[in-house]
Amino acid sequence: MLRYIAKRFLIMLVTILIIVTLTFVLMHAIPGSPFNQERGTSEAVQANLEAHYHLDEPMYIQYLLYLKSIVTFDFGPSIKQPTSTVNDLLGRGFPISLELGLVSVIVAIISGILLGIIAALRHNGIIDYAAMAIAVLGISIPNFILATQLIQSFAVTWKILPAATWSSPKHMILPVIALATGPMAIIARLTRSSMLEVLTQDYIKMARAKGLSPYKIVFKHALKNALMPVVTILGTLLAGILTGTFVLEKIFAIPGMGKYFVESINNRDYPVIMGTTVFYSAFLIIMLFLVDIAYGILDPRIKLHKKEAE
Amino acid sequence: MDKILEVKDLHVTFKTYGGEVKAVRGVNFDLKKGETLAIVGESGCGKSVTSNSIMRLIPTPPGRIANGSIVYRGRDLTTVSEKEMRTIRGVDISMIFQDPMTALNPTLTIGNQLTEGLKQHKDISGREAKERALEMMNLVGIPSPEERLKQYPHQFSGGMRQRVVIAMALICDPDLLIADEPTTALDVTIQAQILELFGKIQERTGVSIILITHDLGVVAKIADRIAVMYAGKIIEVGTKREIFYEPQHPYTKGLLNSVPRLDIEEDDLIPIDGTPPDLFSPPQGCPFTARCPFAMEVCDKVYPDSASLSSTHDVDCWLQDQRAQLVSTMAGTRK
Ligand SMILES: Nc1ncnc2c1ncn2[C@@H]1O[C@H](COP(=O)(O)OP(=O)(O)OP(=O)(O)O)[C@@H](O)[C@H]1O
Ligand code: SF4
Ligand SMILES: [Mg+2]
Repeated sequence: MLRYIAKRFLIMLVTILIIVTLTFVLMHAIPGSPFNQERGTSEAVQANLEAHYHLDEPMYIQYLLYLKSIVTFDFGPSIKQPTSTVNDLLGRGFPISLELGLVSVIVAIISGILLGIIAALRHNGIIDYAAMAIAVLGISIPNFILATQLIQSFAVTWKILPAATWSSPKHMILPVIALATGPMAIIARLTRSSMLEVLTQDYIKMARAKGLSPYKIVFKHALKNALMPVVTILGTLLAGILTGTFVLEKIFAIPGMGKYFVESINNRDYPVIMGTTVFYSAFLIIMLFLVDIAYGILDPRIKLHKKEAE
Repeated sequence: MDKILEVKDLHVTFKTYGGEVKAVRGVNFDLKKGETLAIVGESGCGKSVTSNSIMRLIPTPPGRIANGSIVYRGRDLTTVSEKEMRTIRGVDISMIFQDPMTALNPTLTIGNQLTEGLKQHKDISGREAKERALEMMNLVGIPSPEERLKQYPHQFSGGMRQRVVIAMALICDPDLLIADEPTTALDVTIQAQILELFGKIQERTGVSIILITHDLGVVAKIADRIAVMYAGKIIEVGTKREIFYEPQHPYTKGLLNSVPRLDIEEDDLIPIDGTPPDLFSPPQGCPFTARCPFAMEVCDKVYPDSASLSSTHDVDCWLQDQRAQLVSTMAGTRK
């Protein structure tokens, strides 16, 4: 187990290094600099500013400085908002994004699994068809379209929910629905099909032959096996929800990390781009790592440790 | 004698896109306490459907017990509620399936799966359940049971898994054990061990066994009586001796001829030509007509009455009719 984790950890570091390097290359490949949008700064002032942020140094020095800032997780102040450091921005934005993401993930997983189980148990019944119709809609409608539609209906036409910002649980409802529907639909479909498959397995028949109650058969014997494929796609879904937060934070004017991320790119605010990218990718990779470990715990056949090989 | 199970005129059908499959078409048999009845027949003849009907494990829909009764100790299992059925399954009647590799849940420990039936049906503490589990592991011959209880199915070999499955089926001390091809998926040496185990268990517990198989070698070892099934019907039933030494139905004879025996050259093996009839629209007469070397005109049109050759030996074949004696000798010379 430890060896496996250590190995996965190393791979994780390498992945982060690659992402970080790619970010650096892409960032500098975009034409323009943080300062040339502002007219009125004289050549001298601009040079001064660039020197201050080491933008006049050769690329490799900039790269090394950049790596150093990553290792120490100190990206310095934002270029555009010099009063706050990148860490300040992250500290302000991340809890909000995390809240949006986490609530959406939980809503998506729970409702997706429930919908999938119900559909499977009522296989080919009206409930099954209704659930799968919802699922197909959920998968095919992109979250930003759903978001604008939700705002239009619930906030503008019926005026029962707030259209934007993030100040009370009520404000969470629309963004969470917009963000969770797609992943929920995917989870529901996958749960349904793998549940249907598991229910035909011999060990389910065996469980019935033991006289177990339907409740025990579904929740003790079938569900854990049916959820294996769901766990494997959880990583991808997390990534989807993460990128979804960028877009939805923008649409719903939620002051999360996504907002700083999008703005920083528009502004060529290098430290903020670096900080948010590294933070996002590290976060996502750690999540994927945890998903992997969870899978190992769910399925005893996966050998996290080699010693029990028979 | 003490009858524990009586199946009468059992009909089971499945609705499919192609029409209604009449998988079991009027099966009759009974079972005494402590007895082993083997049900043999080619693939698709309805052996599993018959045994699943006893446990009421036919997937419904598409399946349905269309007619008949299954009386277990005075109760008709075709009419009891699902809830009542759950108190019978695993407690009074248990079942073992063909493939031990898939019959155990890969995500639960052996101990958990072994004791859950016990915990479901009996008011029993965790300690007592574990004790009973260890006792069963010993009975079925699994070494170091204490340790094994904590392991998962993938840590067991096929033969060991089948032992676990047998232990699981017997843990509530049932009266009747239905084993659906319990040795088919195992290799030959393990097969012999498992069959031996059945004998030992029956001796210890007095459980009645319905053994389903298409392997007559298995039957010869442990059955008391044999029912031969063909196209959803039992066409001949008798004691092991009667079926092996005085088979009367042409299909039974064919089946015995197609068994490899050590004292006969491999080349002399005669498989039965042709295939069983399609069960969407089974023939109204004898279903074996198309493959039977003795078939007469009447065979195709009318199903033969059951003829009793002894108190234990029944055959469904027109050849048993007195009027057929002459024809049969003529047809017999044809070969
Ligand atoms: N769920 C089902 N749906 C439709 N038809 C079925 C179903 N289960 C069984 N049947 C049909 O019932 C018939 C009898 O099947 P059964 O499984 O009892 O055969 P068997 O004698 O056990 O054969 P085998 O030796 O291959 O196990 C077959 O023709 C099969 O196609
Ligand atoms: S009834 Fe006729 S066809 Fe059927 S087995 Fe007997 S002789 Fe053959
Ligand atoms: Mg079968």
